[in-house]
Amino acid sequence: MKLSEKAEEILEALWIAVEEGGAAFLDPEKMGFPTDDAAYRELTDHALIEIRQGMIYFRPEGLDEGKMTIRRHRLAERLMMDVLNIRGDDAEFKACQFEHLLNEGADVKVCTMLNHPTTCPHGKPIPPGECCHKARADGDLGVVPLTEFKSGQEGEIAYIQTEDNKKMQKLMAMGVLPGNKIILVQAYPSYIFRVGYSEFAIDTNLAKEIFVRK
Amino acid sequence: MASCCSKKTEIINHGNARKVALVGNPNVGKSVLFNALTGAYVTVSNYPGTSVEVSRGNATIDGQQWEVIDTPGMYSIHTITEEERVAREILLHETPDVVIHVLDARNLERMLAMTIQLIEAGLPVILVVNILDEAERMGLAIDIDLLQQKLGIPVVGAATARKRGIDDIRSAMNAYRCPCEQQRFEYSRLLERDIKEVACLMQGEYILSRRALALLLLQQDEEIAELVRHREGDGYAPLSEKIREIAFDRRESFHLDLSLERNDMVRQLVNGVFTAPLKRVVTAAERLSRLAVQPLTGIPMLLIVLYFGLYQFVGVFGAGTVVDFLEKKLFVEIFNPWIIGVVQSVIPWEIIQELFVGEYGIITLGIRYAVGIILPIVATFFVFFSFLEDTGYFPRLALLVDRIFKHFGLTGRAVIPMVLGFGCDTMATMVTRTLETTRERVIATILLSLTIPCSAQLGVIMSLLSKFPGALAVWGGCLLLLFIVVGMLSAKILPGEAPMFYMELPPMRLPQLGNVVTKTYTRMQWYFMEILPLFVLASVLLWLGKITGFFEKMITAMTPVMASIGLPKETAVAFIFGFFRRDYGAAGLYELQTKGLMDARQLTVAAVTLTLFIPCIAQFLIMKKERGWKVASSIGLFVSLLAFGSGYVLNKALLITGLLS
Repeated sequence: MKLSEKAEEILEALWIAVEEGGAAFLDPEKMGFPTDDAAYRELTDHALIEIRQGMIYFRPEGLDEGKMTIRRHRLAERLMMDVLNIRGDDAEFKACQFEHLLNEGADVKVCTMLNHPTTCPHGKPIPPGECCHKARADGDLGVVPLTEFKSGQEGEIAYIQTEDNKKMQKLMAMGVLPGNKIILVQAYPSYIFRVGYSEFAIDTNLAKEIFVRK
Repeated sequence: MASCCSKKTEIINHGNARKVALVGNPNVGKSVLFNALTGAYVTVSNYPGTSVEVSRGNATIDGQQWEVIDTPGMYSIHTITEEERVAREILLHETPDVVIHVLDARNLERMLAMTIQLIEAGLPVILVVNILDEAERMGLAIDIDLLQQKLGIPVVGAATARKRGIDDIRSAMNAYRCPCEQQRFEYSRLLERDIKEVACLMQGEYILSRRALALLLLQQDEEIAELVRHREGDGYAPLSEKIREIAFDRRESFHLDLSLERNDMVRQLVNGVFTAPLKRVVTAAERLSRLAVQPLTGIPMLLIVLYFGLYQFVGVFGAGTVVDFLEKKLFVEIFNPWIIGVVQSVIPWEIIQELFVGEYGIITLGIRYAVGIILPIVATFFVFFSFLEDTGYFPRLALLVDRIFKHFGLTGRAVIPMVLGFGCDTMATMVTRTLETTRERVIATILLSLTIPCSAQLGVIMSLLSKFPGALAVWGGCLLLLFIVVGMLSAKILPGEAPMFYMELPPMRLPQLGNVVTKTYTRMQWYFMEILPLFVLASVLLWLGKITGFFEKMITAMTPVMASIGLPKETAVAFIFGFFRRDYGAAGLYELQTKGLMDARQLTVAAVTLTLFIPCIAQFLIMKKERGWKVASSIGLFVSLLAFGSGYVLNKALLITGLLS
């Protein structure tokens, strides 16, 4: 099912009001466009919502669709912030446009790339999708920063994510190269890891920038 | 690639002495090899980055003269840190006839990447696979012959700390001839094309091969770019355009691609050369290391080290037993009366007698303080420090305290100069240059000049205040409080980013007695060369001041200041002493206390003020050298004001609360 952007926005607003705000319905006045807008027609035709006494209510089928729409929006927000490093109003605006592209499997790809995030940058929950449940069931940790490893855990270095070129070169000179085996020896008070037969101590900020695969 | 050979033979024919440079990562035993070759001992250390200064020495091998240069540790020919830059400068400008790359056998795979870079640069390389003994203990096997064959350069296996393989290295040096055809390490087609495009545009003569220069230019190495720009003149414009073009095309991951390609090369090289046991051997040293880095066991361990090392050995034994014997027995009872007699019978003029054996005499005061009080304390401290350094404990201590030091704008790395400061603040100020950023260096310099008492000062003050445990606690509390407050404030006020902490942990080992002794000896030598002239100078100035009456005037001038912090005017003398050397000042207080001129409160105030008081002349001069006069003077002024300010506040606080009275 492919909905218009406006229709998706209505679904999102309704889902937030009902699921997170605890309301029973949403006043269309809050949406900023009148009830005779084509988007409402589109939603009622798909049997996702119904309009009673001028207020918008979910139909059972719509609840699920709303959840997925909000999921796409929040994934888009994460993408803006974590990967593209765009923040603030600009990020919000771009996320609003981007979310509409995240259908037909694109959301699964983005969600996996972001390693199945559970919250949006504003701290609100991202409703889990199929892929999240599957990853949890498989126990697949995916690619995580070194800080997520437990002491004694062994893995492979996936990549280094830092904007500082010098830092990257320093890490590479220490043997932190994609594909090398790494063992986290200790996590507190400083991170100690072993590559080959050498041990290194680093602080949390550096440890956050080394991404490892279990 | 032919660049090295043609020029080298020319140089060899010029003089009889050939030149050899030792290069490699920190902590692979370069300095030990240096000492073994030259016979003279310089500081050897487990601490990465200690050999900031370059050591040179001479050796004669079968009649052939060699100049040996020990370079600071470097991880790669593409330099990042100051030390690495110095090391590369030597390779670039001193045209060594042989470059010995020393590496740690256990980390062959990681460190061979630099060997490849050196060979690629067309340098005359001999590879020394060092620390073989420990590698063997871990069950690692390394086929040296096969490695030699694969690399196409001489390879020697060694364990320099155990004197193994030194002779082989010597003969390899003498036998070294530039290979007619050097091994060529092929990169991927894409990278080879980039290298060729850049190298083709270079016309000038260089010490490093064009291939290596091309790679360095592509890595945006500014110094190399400067060098090439200078050499190429007008031809540099198209070259720099080409580099910009390639760098932009490959902006995503040039550094990473290059490292990965080299990593692959190394993997192929070590294939068949390096065999590791299936199961990792855990040595006793490793288990000890685990205990040292976990807070639960590490902190008790630190306390044990401090108690036995610093308190029992330096404090009780050095500052107590030995000082009592040397100063009280040897000097006051035997040597001084004798020398006074001798001088008085030889020199008829009373004024000159005063200069040597008077109240502030060169011998009776200067030499007595230096040898009788300062020497035993500092010597025991340096034994303790050198021993600890060689065990590899410091990097572990650094990671243990990193989180705390971050609050002061420092990283755990700064713990080494801080501990050394308890020995000699001047030496410690010099060592702050191993810290990464200027900001860290300035903060460390402030904390050292303000709150860290040096061993001599510490020893004297401990024995001064030991009769009043409360006073000792107040003194310690004041210093700790100021350390924390000033540290946190400087972290807030001084501009700059929070530093990052990374450090290699060398394996822990039992230090070799010989190394500890020679290291202590070198440090003592440095220390004595520095303090003895100052002590003599101080004696002369004090004597001059006394005979001209200037000294009396100064004491009178300082009396109101002393009075404001509740001290008798005689303490002014100690403060004037303290300007020459911190320890001198403390020793002056000691004198006053034996005369019974001060009570517990006054002693405490005096001790706190004097500990905080401006760094001695020597430390100030080093501060000026390391930080520049502007920063040094600001710190000096700030510290002096804070010292007297704190003395004033403390005196008032003690009077009001009635504590210690």
